[in-house]
Amino acid sequence: MKKSNTTLYRARKNTVNVLIHILLAVLCTIWVLPIAWIVLISFKAKDGPYMDTLIPAEFTIDNYVKLFTDTGVLNFPRMFMNTLIISIFTCIISAFFVLAVSYCMSRMRFRMRKPMMNIALILGMFPSFMSMVAVYYILKAIGLSEGSLIRVALVLVYSGGAGLGFYIAKGFFDTIPKTIDEAAYIDGATRFQVFTRITIPLSRPIIVYTLLQAFMSPWLDFVFAKVICRADARYYTVSIGLWNMLEKEYVHQWFNCFTAGAVIISIPISILFMITQNFYREGVSGAVKG
Amino acid sequence: MKRKKSKEFANPYSVSNAFRNGDTLTRLSAVIMGLGNLAHKQIIKGLIFLAIEIAYIVFMATKGIELLLDFIRLGGEEEIEIYNESLGIYQYQPGDNSLLMLLYGVVAIFVTIGFVVVWRASIKSAYKTQCYIEKGKKPLSFRDDIRGLFDQNLHQLLLSLPLAGILIFTILPLVFMIAMAFTNYSKIDNHLTLFDWVGLKNFATVLNFKDSIGGTFWSVLGWTLVWAVAATFSNYFLGMILAMIINRKGTKLKSLWRFMFMLSVAVPQFVSLLLMRTMFSQNGIVNNLLIKYGLIENALPFWSDASWARVMVIIINLWIGIPFTILQITGILQNIPADLYEAARVDGAGPVTIFFKITLPYMLFVTSPYLITTFTNNVNNFNVIYLLSGGAPTPVGSTAGKTDLLVTWLYKLTIDNQYYNVGAVIGIMTFAVLAVVSLITYHRTGSYKNEEGFQ
Repeated sequence: MKKSNTTLYRARKNTVNVLIHILLAVLCTIWVLPIAWIVLISFKAKDGPYMDTLIPAEFTIDNYVKLFTDTGVLNFPRMFMNTLIISIFTCIISAFFVLAVSYCMSRMRFRMRKPMMNIALILGMFPSFMSMVAVYYILKAIGLSEGSLIRVALVLVYSGGAGLGFYIAKGFFDTIPKTIDEAAYIDGATRFQVFTRITIPLSRPIIVYTLLQAFMSPWLDFVFAKVICRADARYYTVSIGLWNMLEKEYVHQWFNCFTAGAVIISIPISILFMITQNFYREGVSGAVKG
Repeated sequence: MKRKKSKEFANPYSVSNAFRNGDTLTRLSAVIMGLGNLAHKQIIKGLIFLAIEIAYIVFMATKGIELLLDFIRLGGEEEIEIYNESLGIYQYQPGDNSLLMLLYGVVAIFVTIGFVVVWRASIKSAYKTQCYIEKGKKPLSFRDDIRGLFDQNLHQLLLSLPLAGILIFTILPLVFMIAMAFTNYSKIDNHLTLFDWVGLKNFATVLNFKDSIGGTFWSVLGWTLVWAVAATFSNYFLGMILAMIINRKGTKLKSLWRFMFMLSVAVPQFVSLLLMRTMFSQNGIVNNLLIKYGLIENALPFWSDASWARVMVIIINLWIGIPFTILQITGILQNIPADLYEAARVDGAGPVTIFFKITLPYMLFVTSPYLITTFTNNVNNFNVIYLLSGGAPTPVGSTAGKTDLLVTWLYKLTIDNQYYNVGAVIGIMTFAVLAVVSLITYHRTGSYKNEEGFQ
């Protein structure tokens, strides 16, 4: 009696396991299919978004070649370089801003600290591009809305408010034991020395995380870039370019190139993303173990 | 608790103390900034204060007053045509531009506030020097001040640049936009170059059920809330269940499953969203395949029917959001104390009971800050709506579509329709909705109350 009960139980457990694995397989297909499809189309031979089969009939690398050589209408290589330059500067400036602010909020004690943290929280609740039009006019008033200064304008837009995103790095600094700092003060170190010689070297994961996060934002944003570049195609970033490829006048010749471009910028971003995730986990779990 | 905090940062060198206990020199510093410092041989510091005062007065006298007056009047002269007799042609004499007047006015106000801050600092500094002398101590030299910036006043040094950035690129534009909400800056009645203050009229328009914009506002607000709740909780629960399925003991190849889901996170969101839009469009691959295999006769109206579009954005948002949820939640799930589960199992609880009595309460307790952030992000989820449906389907004559959120509507109002004032009101309303939700919940979370728990 007892034995048959356990076999019954085991049989039920096995069916549950099998069902769950089937469910997972189905769900994974749903999640992977669109991505696989992007890759497939980027090698498709015939132009245009119209398809009635999942797998294209012919394969070619012409889409990639066209993307980098056909620079008459949509100059992808230049957009790529624009975005690269902008993101390098953005990433340096905003990483400095974020680290400076989060160190102060975590380690220094001054009267305006709590009010500032609350203000940061409140500012975060306004839709970010509500002020977009205003930002454009401010940049215009400073004289940064024309010509190659558009790049400077975009760098400033992406990094200007970066100091507000201090919460994650502050959480990290909070986990570094204060006793380390205090030992350094006793040895006669100034706060600046503690910041540069102790806190920064201990914070490698969170610094990498901040750097990568800031590096990625110009590649992903298209709203601000569109408003600030207006019609000046010379300073378009990759995301505006990809967006334009799906506009009505371009979509027939450029749909395959859109997917090719998507694949090309997805590869570095996914690598960066995986690195960030590792650092993020490391960062959240604390700087000094034990 | 509050009182202790204010005592912690009690400053003997405050402005009120300076006026109460200061000598003539200190009090005179309120008029001639830096006087107290100069008299006590803090030459550089005193000169800096003095220079700032002179610069401010010159600025106000030459431009500032005019800018502030313009800010109040917002200009009224239109562009006019003048016949130039010597050249024999018509010339345009430029009129006023209210927008620039508004912007420069806001800047002048910011400059004034900044000056008040410096003014207070100069009085404090003069009083501090006076106290030092009275106590027989040597007043701080300029070098001491610089050294202090790297030590006990490090925050002033480190925060100056980031704060300047936030001030110029976040707060200034925000104040500018909020000011716009009280004007008639809009394409309606052609107020794009010249506009005026109208008080709370725009708020009345937006909140009025009967007005066409007001009616749209309430329906968009309703959908925004439905969307935010549906998107937040569907992602949260389905993501949690999926994370639990992957984590459970019997599941093989855990890291493979996780990797497959994570793959979609790595693709830039706007790429996958634009692709989804194409896939589900009228002639997209999904419709084509379904027709080809005879499952349907006519193309399904994914984006052209209101109910279809609303369900679609929520479903596709699941595709986007669930991997993020798994990422965030897996770690927390593994931290649930195992003895809780064991005790429940000994008491004969089934998996369903365990989920509702242990896992869910625990998760809701720990992840409430995460839920608030997700809710906020969903209310402001511009990308998913704008890139997927673009707010479609849009009823004829309306500025907002059936799937438009407040943020996408704001974008359309300002960029496409140039109703800047109404757009600004919508932005303020969005903020109000979020502020109410977060203020109620945020201050109760542990990470806010107990931030020094690990230090």
